[in-house]
Order: sequence, then structure tokens, then C-alpha cells
Amino acid sequence: MQIYLPIAEVSVNFFTLLGIGGVVGILSGMFGVGGGFLITPLLFLAGIPSAVAVATSANQIVASSFSGLLAHLRRKTVDIRMGLMLLVGGLVGSAMGVYVFNLLRELGQVDLLVRLCYVVFLGIVGAMMLVESLRAMRRARGQTAPYKPRRQRNWVHTWPAKMRFRTSQLYISAIPVVLIGLSVGILAAIMGVGGGFIMVPAMIYILGMPTKVVVGTSLFQIIFVTAFTTLLHAVTNHTVDLMLALVLILGGVTGAQIGTQIGLRMKAEQLRVLLASLVLLVCGKLALELLLRPEELYVIGGVGG
Amino acid sequence: MIRAVLALLLSLWGGMGSAQEDVVLGLSQNRVQINARFSGSEILIFGAVKREAPIPETPLEVIVTVAGPSAPVTVHRKDRVMGIWVNAESVEIDSAPSFYAVASSGPIEDVLSHTEDLRHSVTVPRAVRSVGSGAVDPAAFTVALIRIRRDDGVYNTLPGAVDVEQQTLFDTSVELPANLIEGAYAVRVFLMREGQVVSQFQTAIEVRKVGLERWLYNLAHDYALLYGILSLVIAIAAGWLASAVFRMLRS
Repeated sequence: MQIYLPIAEVSVNFFTLLGIGGVVGILSGMFGVGGGFLITPLLFLAGIPSAVAVATSANQIVASSFSGLLAHLRRKTVDIRMGLMLLVGGLVGSAMGVYVFNLLRELGQVDLLVRLCYVVFLGIVGAMMLVESLRAMRRARGQTAPYKPRRQRNWVHTWPAKMRFRTSQLYISAIPVVLIGLSVGILAAIMGVGGGFIMVPAMIYILGMPTKVVVGTSLFQIIFVTAFTTLLHAVTNHTVDLMLALVLILGGVTGAQIGTQIGLRMKAEQLRVLLASLVLLVCGKLALELLLRPEELYVIGGVGG
Repeated sequence: MIRAVLALLLSLWGGMGSAQEDVVLGLSQNRVQINARFSGSEILIFGAVKREAPIPETPLEVIVTVAGPSAPVTVHRKDRVMGIWVNAESVEIDSAPSFYAVASSGPIEDVLSHTEDLRHSVTVPRAVRSVGSGAVDPAAFTVALIRIRRDDGVYNTLPGAVDVEQQTLFDTSVELPANLIEGAYAVRVFLMREGQVVSQFQTAIEVRKVGLERWLYNLAHDYALLYGILSLVIAIAAGWLASAVFRMLRS
């Protein structure tokens, strides 16, 4: 069944779009990532113009993240206080990121920068998570008693402006929290994603939050960042396709509910191994595209300049 | 339809009375409406040759072109810089139609002389207009554009697709793909003898979005902020609804 998209001006198979939305929704619910780093490349493959794909996936991420967040709220696995502090940094960061993005677009080669950002950050984050979570799994298997993470006291504990985050069972400085929000916001705006795949490991490894709380809290702040991005795209570029978004959302919200259930039944280490492998897979594909000689050397750019 | 043909006949009488042979044209539809279920459209183009004098000895050939709205296009060429493939050179092609089809009654190179092609811009390479600047080899970029769009099925050359009967009646059909953009699609008909254009006729097919497609498109462009907020409201509502439905299913 074909469906014509009014803003993208292409005709695409309805079930293909529904499937893309569903798969990304499941991942979103499982890992607390928005799925932007997956849905945008998948939409390119389906034949959607890149500008529309980037803007509309932001809108879809709002829906699936909200659906996932509600499930986490009921289980009280959201640290709202932490989320708000991250958001303060995140909104400032994404405004800065959009500014940098436009600056680079004027200089040309913004496409390349976005790709390089993807490869570098997905690579680093994926590799770090994979090594750490595999080590944690091995350790857990070796011990009979359940593994309890050692609370190290690093710089996040010694800085001033300390705040108590009850849900995360943390008493740490607010400054690193805002800084993480800020840097993820900048990257998210440049890369056109929610930033969950950077936020999640940052929360686990830098702030030392429990993994179960990380997912819900990440979803909480992703909603606001992607909502902001959606509005920005809709107003400046008119590239949000509501018809496309509706189909993706339909698949996405359903997927997110299923994903949350799967996520709750799995061990935290297993979740992290899976997310790490997925991140590395996307990174590898993008890296190959940059390194191998493309079959078609010529690319048609944006119509009308 | 009949009224349209009559109007054509009248205008032909008025304007082109001096030409020996004139085209009387009909289209199966002069308006294409894009709704949500749009999946392409086939346009039948048919007509007759009106003449006062007896049929000339040389055989009559017919060429029909359909061209979508034109726009400038930037073509990039990838090159290897420090081990990675990046968009290195780029050329702005001044004007390229979003869709182009050439149907002819015989092989295009037999039917159409080179000078007539230059004069009327009939074939695909002539329909893409490029002054060419900047790059070392601008022609290669135009060739690449045509190759990519031909592989996408939006630039078509259809030799032998026009049927001509008794040097008087002709008909062909052109498939418009599902990925249409809005605008006026120019239909041109050329009557050819010995590679020369003896008569030509031009009309247009109006392609427009209708219904929900039209409404969304207008809203997105005229009330962008409202549209953006609407997108978010729908997203949040859908997220909440899915959550509520799943909770009900589980309990």
C-alpha cells in the first residue's frame, strides 16, 4: 500500500514506514535512546529526502519517548530532578549547536562534519560501553553474590553546589550535570538526534547513576530537546512531514511499549552489551561509507540551491 | 474534452492558419490530483493532423515530450581527501526538469535532426540546461545528473512509443511516476518530416495536491509555528494514547 507524503513529495510503502517506526520504538523503550541515529539513516534508505527525514524523525522521537517515559514514570524509574538539571544545560546547548550548525553550513561541508561526528562519537561510546559491560558480565558470573557497583569518589563528588538526587541515590555537584546536558545538547543539534546514546553512558559512567533510572531520565530530557528541534525545523525549513510522522509515530509508540517490557526483563549488563553492539554496527556502516569508494561518485544536492 | 478540442480547433484556425499541417491534440486528463493514495498516473496523449493540402510524399513522424517544472540543481562529485570520500567538486546546473519523457514514433536519432534538437530542446540532454562553470569538466556533471535521474525512472526516452496511423492519427501514453512534484507539466507535440519540425503544439497538465495533502502543505508553509505545535501535540497525544492502551491490555 503506497502513501503519498505531502511535504517530502514522494510516495512510499505504508508498511515500510510502519516497520521503521516500530523497530526504532522498541529500541527506544529498551535503551532509553531516542533512536534518531537509526531512524534518520533508515528513512534515507526508504527514499525520503534528507532534510525531511531529519526534521520528521525529531517529531517521531517526541512521541515514542513520551510513550516510553509514561511507562517509566509509573515504575518510578525517572529522576525528574536530575532530568531538569540536564535539561537546563541541554536547551542552552542545542541553541548553541544550531548556531554552530548554521555557521558550518555557510562554510559548506556540514554533511561531512555530521558524518564524522557520528563515526567518532558512536565509535567511542560504543567501544567504551561494550568493554565495560562485558567486563561487568564476566565479573557477575564469577561471583555468587549479586554484583554491587563500587561507589568511587571522583570529581563529580568533590565539586561545589552539591545537590541530592533521591531517585538516583546520589549526592553530587550540579555543575557536571549541567555541563553534560550542555555538551550533549550541542552535539544533538549538530547531529540532528536526541542525544540519548551519548547521554546514557555519560549518566552511567560519569555521574554513576543506576542503569534502571538512567533510561527513564534520559527519555525525560530527550522529549524536550527533540520538541525544541521539531519546532525549529518546522518554522525555519518547513521540513516536518506530518503524514510521515503519523505513520512513524503509530509504529513507534507501539514499539516503545513493547521495548520497555523487554528492557525490564533483561539484566542491565545485557542491555548495555546490546546497545553497544548496535551503536558500533551503525558506526561501522557509516565509517565504511566514508572509506570505501562509492559506486556512484556523483550526488544530486538540494533542488533549488 | 470535446469542448477543449473545439477550443483548440478555433484557436488553430485563428493563429496558425498559414502552416500546412496542424496538430489537434487531446489528453486523457489535463489535471492530475495528488491525494494520499496517489501512486502514479498514466496520461494518454492523442491527436490528429489537420491539413488543407494533400498528404506529402515523405513519411510523417511524431514526437511527444512531457516535462515537469524545472529548477536549478547542484551536483556534487565525491573525491578522496585524506583517506575519506567527501563531496569535493560541485556544479550548479542552471535548470533541470523534475520529470522528462520523450516519446517518438521511431528511433529519436532518425526522426530528429541535430539542429532541430538544438532549436527546440527535445531530447533529454537538451532539456537539461547548463552553462557550466567552476569545475574542470562541467559536462560530466550534467551526464551524471541525467544518468541518476534516468535510473530513478524520472527521465525517460521512449522510441517507438507513438503510434501514427495513415499519417493523420497518432497516440501515445506517458507514465507519470508516484514521486511527482506539483506544477505545470508541459506537453509538446512535434510533427516531423525528414528530421525537420513541420509543426508543433504545446499544452500543459496541471499537477496539484488535493484534500488532506493540500491542507497539510499549506499549513506547513503559511502557519509554520501552528503546524509545528500541532505536530508536537499529535506526538504527545499518540505517546500517551499508546501507553494508556497498553496498560489497559495488560490489566
